[in-house]
Amino acid sequence: MDKKIKVLVAKPGLDGHDRGAKVVSRALRDAGMEVIYTGIRQTPEQIVATAVQEDVDSLGLSCLSGAHNKLFPKVVALLKEKGAGDVLVFGGGIIPDEDIPGLKEAGISAIFLPGTPTQVTIDFIRNNITQA
Amino acid sequence: MSCTEKKARLAERQEQWQEMVDKALARFPERKEAFATTSGIEMKRVFTPADVEEIDYNDEVGFPGEFPFTRGVQPTMYRARFWTMRQYAGFGSARQTNERYRYLLGQGQTGLSVAFDLPTQIGYDSDHELSDGEVGKVGVAIDSLADMEILFDQIALDKVSTSMTINAPAAVLLAMYIAVAEKQGVSSDKLRGTIQNDVLKEYFARGTYIFPPRPSMKIITDIFSYCKDNLPNWNTISISGYHIREAGSSAVQEVAFTLADGLAYVDAAVKTGLDVDVFAKRLSFFFNVHNNFLEEVAKFRAARRLWAKLMKERFGAKKASSMMMRFHTQTAGCSLTAQQPDNNVVRVTMQALAAVLGGTNSLHTNSRDEALCLPTEDSVRIALRTQQIIAHESGVADTIDPLAGSYMIESMTSEIEAKALEYINKIDGLGGVVKAIEAGYMQQEIGDSAYAYQKSVETAEQVIVGVNRFTIDEPAPKNLLRIKKEMEIEQLESLRTMKAKRDATAVTASLKELRQVAESGDNLLPVIVSAVKTYATLGEVCGVLREVFGEYTEA
Amino acid sequence: MEDLVAGLLAGKVRPLAKAITVVENDRPGKRELLKQIYPQTGNAYLLGITGPPGAGKSTLTDKVIAKLRQQGKTVGVIAVDPSSPFSGGAILGDRIRMQQHALDDGVFIRSMATRSHLGGLSKSAVDVIHLMDAAGKDVIIIETVGVGQDEVDIVRIAKTTVVVMVPGLGDSVQIAKAGVMEIADVFAVNKADREGADKLLIELRAMLDMIKDKEKPKIYRTVAVDDVGIEELVKGIFAHGEKVVESGLIQKKITEKAESELRAYLLDTIMERSTNLASYHEVVKRVADKEITPMDGVDEIFAGLGLHGDENVEKN
Repeated sequence: MDKKIKVLVAKPGLDGHDRGAKVVSRALRDAGMEVIYTGIRQTPEQIVATAVQEDVDSLGLSCLSGAHNKLFPKVVALLKEKGAGDVLVFGGGIIPDEDIPGLKEAGISAIFLPGTPTQVTIDFIRNNITQA
Repeated sequence: MSCTEKKARLAERQEQWQEMVDKALARFPERKEAFATTSGIEMKRVFTPADVEEIDYNDEVGFPGEFPFTRGVQPTMYRARFWTMRQYAGFGSARQTNERYRYLLGQGQTGLSVAFDLPTQIGYDSDHELSDGEVGKVGVAIDSLADMEILFDQIALDKVSTSMTINAPAAVLLAMYIAVAEKQGVSSDKLRGTIQNDVLKEYFARGTYIFPPRPSMKIITDIFSYCKDNLPNWNTISISGYHIREAGSSAVQEVAFTLADGLAYVDAAVKTGLDVDVFAKRLSFFFNVHNNFLEEVAKFRAARRLWAKLMKERFGAKKASSMMMRFHTQTAGCSLTAQQPDNNVVRVTMQALAAVLGGTNSLHTNSRDEALCLPTEDSVRIALRTQQIIAHESGVADTIDPLAGSYMIESMTSEIEAKALEYINKIDGLGGVVKAIEAGYMQQEIGDSAYAYQKSVETAEQVIVGVNRFTIDEPAPKNLLRIKKEMEIEQLESLRTMKAKRDATAVTASLKELRQVAESGDNLLPVIVSAVKTYATLGEVCGVLREVFGEYTEA
Repeated sequence: MEDLVAGLLAGKVRPLAKAITVVENDRPGKRELLKQIYPQTGNAYLLGITGPPGAGKSTLTDKVIAKLRQQGKTVGVIAVDPSSPFSGGAILGDRIRMQQHALDDGVFIRSMATRSHLGGLSKSAVDVIHLMDAAGKDVIIIETVGVGQDEVDIVRIAKTTVVVMVPGLGDSVQIAKAGVMEIADVFAVNKADREGADKLLIELRAMLDMIKDKEKPKIYRTVAVDDVGIEELVKGIFAHGEKVVESGLIQKKITEKAESELRAYLLDTIMERSTNLASYHEVVKRVADKEITPMDGVDEIFAGLGLHGDENVEKN
């Protein structure tokens, strides 16, 4: 059987705007993936613990409050610490272009800005996950 | 020619015209098979007198300032005073924000609107674990009365009206505002402004809730009661549809869910013994204004009319002021594009014009760079100028509700009203807003609309200029507003300093009293006012309330 | 594989998570993995929580977890959500209501989609239960979708099955739905502060009164969102469990469970092997062309698998 792709969609920090996270979750489901959505107000620790328990292939982080520079790298670092460094991490929200190189360096493989078609995200996940 | 004869002749003419249409369609099909708004309302090829036959001008449209207020809530509207030009602003520290406020007031803004950062909106101090990275980012960080004093430095609180976008901890921020005014020598009864204080929408559209619904409603009715006696000119709630729309709802859903929330608040207040004709005049609303120009104009008129009817029918309101829907509008943040940001000035202009033609009482126009970050000074000035140009140069403010009588506008106004009422009745059937939230009803409806919209954009059925058509290769935008990293460190430092200076015993005593009052069920406002005066922090006050009332978890 | 098994048996999180993935996706090594851990299973208390959508199962599960943790028990949770019949994907959203436990080492939550399984707990879910069992979880909660036949299967697997009901969802209809009455060991009337709660309770009791031949399930009122009635419910669950052990029913349940699992694997395996036969599509065609009956088609397939047909049946 084709292994189902499992994706965790999470909202770190205090930002409560979940429209994007929910739309992306539905789009991924419609593309045949299994999506776990954590809801809002998650700490990086909660997100990583969830990613490990659910053994996800990919993790999407959504943040519109400007706290991405602090929170996204923290999540990646924790993933590595817990031995889950092979999880493909991507992000979205309100993220200035100039922050993207720094985030990529910190281990976030892609940033999808407002206006990105969901198909782009879907293709990115399919093409970049490491499935054993 | 009699009425019936006129009607018959119209029908005949329309049939003849249809032949012409059919010929044209054969040569050139129309751009779409069907034209409808995102609410599902048909945009007919033409609207005619036949479409408004059933609408009685006197009963349904009427005159501005008179029930059902379709044409506006004042008899003279903008001819007497333009809408309040109130730009939402706030970021970083109280000092920085204070500078931006004084700049905007100097540029002709007529009211203040405070944006708080997320920790403040969720009742956490800047040094809370969850505040890490969030301090000062989406608004100003207020940890205590000390910050509030800096925020309003050199701003006379008896001369400005201030709108504060604060919900779950609204009582605390209001208490701080009252304390600042006192220090300025301004008595509470002179204070004018609004607190958003609309917790219901937080649960299904915005996410900055703290406590569960029941204690939250209690705090809200406490505020109604306290203000009735102490701040007679203060708007105690801004029942919001803006965020519901931003979360992806349609225009009809925006009206329906907002008014449903409104009904829930009025109901809660009446149940505590408040007289609807005493507190209802201090309710206000807050709507979005989105791209579909005509639907938006009709939406505002429908909302006013529907609310007036509901207040009369469901609560027996007798005074006109109890049935009048006064509202603030903000142009749609979700319509702004990160691509070719200057295009946003055009979008905001159209949206602002729709709000004005819809009779808004107060308006915020977004800045062009807000899909990227908070606005720069230049961008926010253009946004303000947009309003000023509409006011002074376009002429639309010289007559009231100019689009009234348009077959299309009146027809659509009635349809939006009818469809919104259907939703409201559905929510009633579910047992009211709180039960509907627990059942995930609004969340599901909004999620469905949002997803449908996304799909229409991805198939380019809905064109978004610069995003799915008319795109260019563009360089990364420059000169965006950034909140300096140091800001969070400075805020933590000033919090520490403030805590060291204050009278710790007084703080402890006031928090103890707060707990007692919270447990007893008495009105919380007086004890919160005392607590903030001792420089108890927002986090400390909300911390006590969290312990007593519990915290809400997402349904 | 050894590391995985060792880590799992030692109760470590990541090995358990990885092992579940192997099992859920039929990865190579699955058979060996199950072989190694199977003897270590049988210790956990299996608790089924089922009910219609909107009953508040996830919130209830969240509060039950909290109570069990207070009692010092470790908990494994399998939260099942339906796969989309159109895309095969799924949104697994039960976890949202249990996130307060995300950082508790004593709680392991795994979300699973029903996948192509047409109702009923998938074999994978049962295998996952074995893994959590072997990993030492004291209680394993299986929270299911609760529509159709799902509920029926759960009763064979769980020691105690809780059926969650809620006022206002067309009560008698819920109750009368085939199988619900039979499978419940315990009823939880959730959102019991709502209108219609009393009515539902009365209707439930009336229906339960008709049970004469065995122990009547107890009913508990809960308001999960306010943490009301949870303590009593948990007590009631364990009380039921004790009764099962005392009455000697436990051996019967264990056997039923084993048989149910065996049958599930049996059916799946036969189906898989049959459809993988080279001659399979040919047989299908011959049935479609009315050359042979489906019954005879089975014989041909069995012959292809090297199995004997039923020679005792008279060939008419």
